[in-house]
Amino acid sequence: MAGLDEIRMQVMWNRLISVVEEQALTLLRTAFSTSVREAGDLSAGVFSPDGLMLAQAVTGTPGHVNTMAEAVLHFLAEIPREEMYEGDCYVTNDPWKGTGHLHDITMVAPSFKDGQLVAFFACTAHVVDIGGRGFGADGKSVYEEGILIPIMKFAERGVVNRDLINILRNNVRESNQVVGDFYSLAACNEVGHRRLIDMMVETEMADLDALGTFIFDRSRAATLERIAALPVGAWDNDMTVDGYDTPIKLVAKLTVRDDEVNADFTGTDGASKWGINCPLIYSKAYACYAIKCVVAPDIPNNSASLAPFTVTSPENILNAKRPAPVSLRHVMGHMVPDLVLGALAKALPGQIIAEGAAALWNIHISVRPQDGVQGRRAEVLMFNSGGTGARPALDGLAATAFPSGVHTMPIEATEQTGPIIVWRKELRPDSGGAGRLRGGLGQVIEIAAAQGHEFDFSAMFDRVNHPARGRDGGQQGAAGVVELDDGTKLRPKGWQHIPAGRKLVLKAPGGGGFGPASERSEDAIQADRAAGYVTGKPT
Amino acid sequence: MSTTQQIRVGADIGGTFTDVALDLHGTLYSTKVLTNYTAPEQAILDGMQVVTEQAGIGFADIDILIHGTTLATNALIERRGAKTALVTTEGFRDVIEMRTENRFEQYDLNLVLPTPLIPRKHRFAVAGRLDASGAELLPLDEARLQALAGQIAAEGFEAVAIGFIHSYQNAVHEERAREILTAKLPGVPISISAEVSPQMREFERFNTVCANAYVRPQMQDYLTRLQSRLKEQDAQCPVFMIHSGGGLISVETAIEFPVRLVESGPAGGAIFAADVAARFGLDKVVSYDMGGTTAKICLIEDFTPQTARTFEVARTTRFCKGSGMPISIPVIEMIEIGAGGGSIAWVDAMGRIQTGPESAASEPGPACYQRGGDRPAITDADVVLGKIDPDNFAGGAIALSKPAAEQAIAKDVGDKLSLTPLEAAYGICEVVDENMANAARVHAVEHGKNVSENVMIAFGGAAPLHAARLCEKLGVDQCLVPQGAGVGSAIGFLKAPFGYESLASRLVGLSDFDVDGVNAMLADLRETAEKFVRAGTDAPIKRDITAFMRYRGQGWEIPVSLPDRVLTQADIALIRDGFTANYARFFGRSIDGLDGLEIEIVTWSIKASDEVAKQTPISVQTAGTTICAPHMRDVFDPAKGALVPSGIVSRANLKPGDMVPGPAIIVEDETSTIVTSPFDAVIQSEGSILLTRKGV
Repeated sequence: MAGLDEIRMQVMWNRLISVVEEQALTLLRTAFSTSVREAGDLSAGVFSPDGLMLAQAVTGTPGHVNTMAEAVLHFLAEIPREEMYEGDCYVTNDPWKGTGHLHDITMVAPSFKDGQLVAFFACTAHVVDIGGRGFGADGKSVYEEGILIPIMKFAERGVVNRDLINILRNNVRESNQVVGDFYSLAACNEVGHRRLIDMMVETEMADLDALGTFIFDRSRAATLERIAALPVGAWDNDMTVDGYDTPIKLVAKLTVRDDEVNADFTGTDGASKWGINCPLIYSKAYACYAIKCVVAPDIPNNSASLAPFTVTSPENILNAKRPAPVSLRHVMGHMVPDLVLGALAKALPGQIIAEGAAALWNIHISVRPQDGVQGRRAEVLMFNSGGTGARPALDGLAATAFPSGVHTMPIEATEQTGPIIVWRKELRPDSGGAGRLRGGLGQVIEIAAAQGHEFDFSAMFDRVNHPARGRDGGQQGAAGVVELDDGTKLRPKGWQHIPAGRKLVLKAPGGGGFGPASERSEDAIQADRAAGYVTGKPT
Repeated sequence: MSTTQQIRVGADIGGTFTDVALDLHGTLYSTKVLTNYTAPEQAILDGMQVVTEQAGIGFADIDILIHGTTLATNALIERRGAKTALVTTEGFRDVIEMRTENRFEQYDLNLVLPTPLIPRKHRFAVAGRLDASGAELLPLDEARLQALAGQIAAEGFEAVAIGFIHSYQNAVHEERAREILTAKLPGVPISISAEVSPQMREFERFNTVCANAYVRPQMQDYLTRLQSRLKEQDAQCPVFMIHSGGGLISVETAIEFPVRLVESGPAGGAIFAADVAARFGLDKVVSYDMGGTTAKICLIEDFTPQTARTFEVARTTRFCKGSGMPISIPVIEMIEIGAGGGSIAWVDAMGRIQTGPESAASEPGPACYQRGGDRPAITDADVVLGKIDPDNFAGGAIALSKPAAEQAIAKDVGDKLSLTPLEAAYGICEVVDENMANAARVHAVEHGKNVSENVMIAFGGAAPLHAARLCEKLGVDQCLVPQGAGVGSAIGFLKAPFGYESLASRLVGLSDFDVDGVNAMLADLRETAEKFVRAGTDAPIKRDITAFMRYRGQGWEIPVSLPDRVLTQADIALIRDGFTANYARFFGRSIDGLDGLEIEIVTWSIKASDEVAKQTPISVQTAGTTICAPHMRDVFDPAKGALVPSGIVSRANLKPGDMVPGPAIIVEDETSTIVTSPFDAVIQSEGSILLTRKGV
C-alpha cells in the first residue's frame, strides 16, 4: 500500500515529539533553579547529525525558540566530529553562542547507535547563580557578570570533567544547586538519547535521514503557505521603553515577501552601558515567537518551520556585541513582541493584540538579619506578571505572563525560602487600558522583611515611565509603580535597599485597550464594576 | 463478618449510565440503567431492583451499599454548585483568579483562562496573618468577621469556604473564623482549607476548599435523600462512598468533604484492575480504560494503583494541562487523554492526521451510526478496518453503516492525503494508538518505571478493540481482558478497602531532623486516618507511611516509604538511603560529590486501610487448545499492513483453556477483542481473555 509509508512517517514524527517532551520533563523534575522548575525557563530538542533541529519540546519558554537551534551549530563548528565519543556531553554559557546571558547553560550530547552518530540532543536552562555581580543590571561588561564557560566537554565517554566542576564550584554562590543543575541538564539529554534509540530499534530505523526530510518538507510547505496568505509589503513601528537611566527607542521594520518574513531593527538605540542589552540571538527568538503566534501558531518548531522567519539588525541594544553587559537581556527581549506586533498590526489591521506589560516584573531579594540580631540570610527570586493587551475580540488577561511562558510561584513556598513576608499579591483595579476590549489588569505586591531583618532587591522593571499603548483607539494601560509604603518613589532598575519595618510596593502595569472605550458593551461595563476591576475612582 | 460473606452492592453514577453490581457470596450480577439527572438516587434503586431480582434476594438482605458518583465532578464542570462565599486573607483576594499567572497554550493569543469558581464580588478579605512557621504576625480581625457574617446572611449565600495563608501550618485563624461565622449562619455549611486540604501552595488549597464548599449543599441533599429512600425501600444497610483515592468513607464524611468524591468513578476502574491483578498475582500492571470520549491509563504495582496528592478537574481546553482547576486531595493517579471511540479525526496544516479531543459523543455519534454525524470518529475507522462487524454491533441492536464511515473518512482525511478510505482508517487508528502509547510511556517514565515490563489490563467499551496494537507499540507481552469490563467501576467498588489517606506539609531537613516533633505529627496523621477507617470496619488496619522528599532547592518530590513505628535517630540514615536509591531509579543517577547538599521532606502521608484478605493467586495460562473459528472475515492487521482473513469467535462460546490464534476477533455484546497477528488469545479459568505474544 502506497499510503503506509506516509502513515509510518507521521507516527514517527509524533513519537519524536514525545521523546523531546520526556527530555524536557526530566529537566523540569530534577532542576534546582526556581526559574526552571517553577517557571519553566528551559528548552529541549533533538537535532540531525548536521545540526538541524528536528523537534523541540512544547514544554519550555519562547526565549529559547531558536536560540538553542543556533547554539548547536556553534558546538558542531568547534568540536571536531572525530573527537566526539559515545557518552560525551558538551557545554557552554557564552551569551553569543548560547542563549543570550551567562545564567543560561546549554548542553549538547551526541547520540550514537551501533557506533554511528544519528542525532544530537540539546537543552538549555537558567541556573540560580553564575558568580560575578549576580542577576542584575549593574555589570559594566560581561566580564563582571560571572564566569563564562567556552564550548567544552562537560563529560567525555561518560566521565564528568572534574576540573570544570571545581572551577565552577569556586566561582558561584549556591554552588551545590548550580552543580546540581549541570547534572540535571546532562541527565535530560541522556533520557532523550535512550528513548530515541528505543524508538529506532523498535521501528528498525538505521538513521533519521528519511524522517528528517519528511518533517522538514511538511513543515516548510505549511509555513510557506501561511506566509503566502499574508499581504506582501513593508511596515514599521517604534516603541519607547524605560531603559536603565534614559529612555530607549526600539524600531522595527517588518517585510513580508512571498517566502519570508523579515524583522529588521535598524534605527533602534545603541547599546546601554548597563546590563539590559540583548544579543541578537535572543531578540530574534522573541521576534520569531511573536510572528509565529499570529502566522503559524500550530506548526511545530523545527529548522524548516523557523527558517522563513529572519531577523537582521545593525549593532544596537537589540544586537549587542561582546563584551556588552547582558545579564537582564530579558527586559528588552520581552519588549520585542510588542514592537514587532505593532508593525504587523499595520499589515493586518484589526487583528493584532494591543501592547501589554510585556517584561516580567521579576524581583531578586537579598535578605539578611539587622546588625546584632539573630536571623537568616537568603536569596529569594519571585516572578510576577502585569496585564496583557486587549485582543480584537477578548479583554486582555489579568496578571498573566506574555510573551514569557513562565509561572509564578506560591507565596507560601516563597516565604519558606527566606525571612520575607508578602503582605499583598492581588489584582490592581483600574489598571487595564479602557477600550471596546479592556486591557488586562496588573497586580499589586507588598513585600517586607520578617521581624529583625532588612533586604536589598534588584529592580528589573519596565513600563514605569512608558505604559503599554492601546490599539485602534484603545487607551493605554496604567504605568508601573515602584515605591515604599510611605509613598517614596524608587528606581525601576538596579539594586536598592529596603530598611527594616518598611514595605516595598510594586504595582505591575496593565495592558492597553483595543478599540474606542465608547464602544464597550453595557454588560461588560457592569461586569467590570461588579467585580471591582474598574472602580470609577480616580487612580 | 468478612467481606466475602457480605452481600455487597456497588453503584456507579456516570454521565450516561448508572451501573449497579451485586456480589452474592462470590457470584456477580450487574446492570446498566440510564442516569437520572433530576433524581440520581432513583436510577440506583431501579438498578438495585434488577440485580436483587436476578439474585433472588430482597433489599433487606443487602449488607452494604458502596457508591461512587460523578455528580460532584459534574457540578464543578457545569458550574452548577451553591452560591458560595470565600473568606480569605487580606491582600490575597484574587489567588483563585490569578492562578499561576501562566498561559497553558504558548502560541494561542486568543487564549481564554478558566473563570474562577467563586467570582470576585463573592470573595471577602479579612485581616490576620500567620507566617511560614504558623506563628501569628497579625491577629484575626474578629470585628470584621462579625460584620461579614451579617453580610453573608443578608446576601443569601448557601455555603462558605475559608482559606487563609499558611493555615496548613496552623489552623487557629480558620477555626476561629468558622466559629464566629457559624454562630450567625446556622444551617450554612462552612468548609475550612486546613481540614479539606492541609497542603502548602495557596492556589491549590484555596481552590480545593472552594470546590468543597461549592458542591456541599447539593451533595448533602442528594446523599440524605438517597439514605432515606433506601430506608423507605427496606434497605437498612449502611452506605459507604468511594473516594478519589480509591478507599471507602462514610456518608457523613462525604457530606462534610464532598470534594473527596471527585473522580471516584475512574478510581473504581483502577480498583477493578487492581483486583484482577491480585487475582492473577501480577505485581506490575498498567490498566487501560477506553470509553467514548477519553482513555485513562493507570500504573498498578503490587496490586495498588499509583496515587498522587493533587490533580486537575474540569479542563476547559482540549484536556490541556493547566486549563482546569487544581484539587489537592489524595487521588488515584491516571493520565486521561482525549482518545475514545467517539473522538473525531482530522488533518492539520502539515497534512498530519490528528484525533480528538473533540468527540462525536453519543449524539450525533460517529458517522456509521447514521444519526446525523458526518465527521469521522475512531469507531468509524474501526468499522472500515473490519474490527467491528457493522451488522452485529451491540449484539445487533444498532445497525452500523460501513459506507457512511468510509464516506466520512474519505471526506475529512483520505481525500486530503490521497489515501484510500482503508489506508486513511489505518492512519487514524495508528495515530490514536500512538498517542495513547506515548501518553503511557511518558506517564511511566515520570514514575521511574518502564511500561514494557507490565501486564496490561484492558476494560471499557473501546479498549479491547485497541489493546493488542497498543501492546505491540509498548512492547507489552500480555494483556488481560476481564469479564464484566463494561461495568468495571461498579465491580471495582465492591473490592474497595475502607481506606483513608491523611497528609501534612511540614518542611524537615535531614540534617536537623526533629525526631520527637516528627513522631508527634505522624501520630496525629495516624489518628485522623484511622478514625475514618474505624467508621466502617473493625478489621485490622494496615498503614503505609510515605515521605515526599527532594534535594533542597528542587521543586519536585519523590516518594520514600518510612517504617511503621516510632522513629529514632538511627532511622535518619535509612531515610537518606531510601531517597538516594529512589532518586537514581527515577532520574538515572543520584547527584554525587556534593558536600552538604541538604535532603528534605516536604509532605508526609499516612494511608490507613483494612487488610483485604489475601487471595491465593491463580496463575496465568499461556497455552491452550486451539479452536477452529466458525467464521472468517477480512480484518486489517497493522503489523502486516494489510487485510488478512481473521477468525471470528463468540466469547460466549469459549471455555477456559481455549486458545484462539491471531489474527482473530472475539466478539461479545458490549465490545470485541481484537487479536492481532503477533498475539494469541487464551481463555483463563475465571473467564478473562489473555492476549499473549506469540513465541514469548
